[in-house]
Amino acid sequence: MPILETIGLEKRFGGITAAHDVSLSIEKGARHALIGPNGAGKTTVINLLTGVLRPTAGSIMLAGKDITGLLSHERVRLGMARTFQINQLFLDLTPLETIGLAISERLGKGSDWWRVIGSSSAVTGEIVEILERFRLADVMHTRTAILPYGKQRLLEIALAFACRPQVLLLDEPAAGVPEVERHELLATIAALPKDVTVLLIEHDMDLVFSFADRISVLVNGGLLVDGAPEDVAHDPRVKAVYLGEELDV
Amino acid sequence: MPSSADSVSAYLARRARWSPLEIAFWIFVFATIWLFPGKYLIMKDTAILALFALSLDLILGYAGIISLGHAAFFGLAGYFSGLIAKYGIINEPVIALICSGLVAAALGFITSFLVLRGSDLTRIMVTLGISLILGEIANRYSNITGGADGLQGVDIKPIFGLFRFDLYGHNGYIYSLIVLFICFVIVRRIVYSPFGLSLRSLKGNPLRASAIGIPVNRRLVAIYTVSGGLAGIAGGLLTQTTAFCSLDVFSFDRSADLLLVLIIGGTGYLYGGLIGAVIYKFLQDWIATLTPQYWQFWIGFVLVVIVLVGRERVEGWIAAVREFIVRLGGRLVERPATVGGGAGPDGH
Repeated sequence: MPILETIGLEKRFGGITAAHDVSLSIEKGARHALIGPNGAGKTTVINLLTGVLRPTAGSIMLAGKDITGLLSHERVRLGMARTFQINQLFLDLTPLETIGLAISERLGKGSDWWRVIGSSSAVTGEIVEILERFRLADVMHTRTAILPYGKQRLLEIALAFACRPQVLLLDEPAAGVPEVERHELLATIAALPKDVTVLLIEHDMDLVFSFADRISVLVNGGLLVDGAPEDVAHDPRVKAVYLGEELDV
Repeated sequence: MPSSADSVSAYLARRARWSPLEIAFWIFVFATIWLFPGKYLIMKDTAILALFALSLDLILGYAGIISLGHAAFFGLAGYFSGLIAKYGIINEPVIALICSGLVAAALGFITSFLVLRGSDLTRIMVTLGISLILGEIANRYSNITGGADGLQGVDIKPIFGLFRFDLYGHNGYIYSLIVLFICFVIVRRIVYSPFGLSLRSLKGNPLRASAIGIPVNRRLVAIYTVSGGLAGIAGGLLTQTTAFCSLDVFSFDRSADLLLVLIIGGTGYLYGGLIGAVIYKFLQDWIATLTPQYWQFWIGFVLVVIVLVGRERVEGWIAAVREFIVRLGGRLVERPATVGGGAGPDGH
């Protein structure tokens, strides 16, 4: 059974159809990439998956459960977390507070208004573990607003990871990261635990082909091709879409 | 820095602990009972204003909800505590005060759904509208509220049956201070809790807050309810300590002054409402003795100066003074490198 599945997903904005008949099937533990040229509807699909937008038709199943009608935060609790193409961070908080917040919420302590945050050692242990995994331990007391961009990008992923998702949606994680900080970021993405299913939305073909074991190509709001990386790379329709772009494997 | 779980726990616990500066602040606050015996009435009003401002800071400074109608809670609870005392329904002031707070909290809960959506501007209008409506209801039902003459015949019984509200306001001041302190402790707990942290997160970025599983609306409803309750306790205090309640508890001025207090004192660090209330009341009192008719001109003038100079800069001065004191104390400790100063927004 696929961990995440969409069936005939469709989204219209007035007269414009941003996504139509998108049927994705993502296996547990997969490294699945969703690619497509600008305006293909990638962001629409991720917004539909995470509940930011409501589909006009179709349904979304997470681990066999229909989540089409659930709110964003309810989907997170069922095990789906995302990162954003443009950083969506809490600029006034430190990485320590940010990660502590996500963990507290996941453990259901978020509405606890009497105890001091981090008073349970289970929480702080996990905070440290995540900060170290994402190489943020050395900046954990620095306000997010003044972190280097690469660190903010890492925090963006760490924050989604702290929700302990079954499915992690990465929306262009490497976008805008300068070359010097890029290696660190890609290494942490490659080192994500194998049991976490990753859906990667990405422009960067090097990253896609080095990371993904399955690729779906989205064009004009619809799925064009879905298959293994080498099949996708050699598919003439994909080549036509990426006219002029190199798709070497 | 070694980042074991223990050191992180210790850091978080240390941060939530009362700092020496805070302890000194509260010792001074309670010392005013003996330091300024002739000033009980204005100090009592200041304590009530501080509590009222604290309640607004909780939603404005921590959850990012602006309100120009916080007097709705203050006024409702003010009349409620006056009426239950007048008709002898609840005679013990502390219990009556708690009930007033609960009534205001109920109003907060109901009206919270109106402020969930919309921009700052719609929130300003909705909150203002609610307080105007309540004020007009109080005016209309003058047979109950006393209308423009105010609520007469309020008889407040001694606290716990022991401490009578005296003419000089001595007991009333102590009572107000203790209530303020208890409410402050509760607010302080809230702010340092996971719940408080989630408020700060959704103030900064509600989109991301819901993307990590925070039920944003539920949190806003909760804090708005608590804030309404605290504002209600402030309103109840005013009625109890003056044995009177008039229509101006709902007035627009009261809500607007409250924002002034927070602009003067700053938001989002707990003490803004308290310090702002002291400065505001002191200015009001001092200028009113100089030019009784035109004191509002000078309040306005001070406000413009504050905005022009920029609060960040004032906070920068305070930080510089604090650093200087720390140096004097010889407790110069190695600080983690932080970028400050020059990075702040300049050019107001």
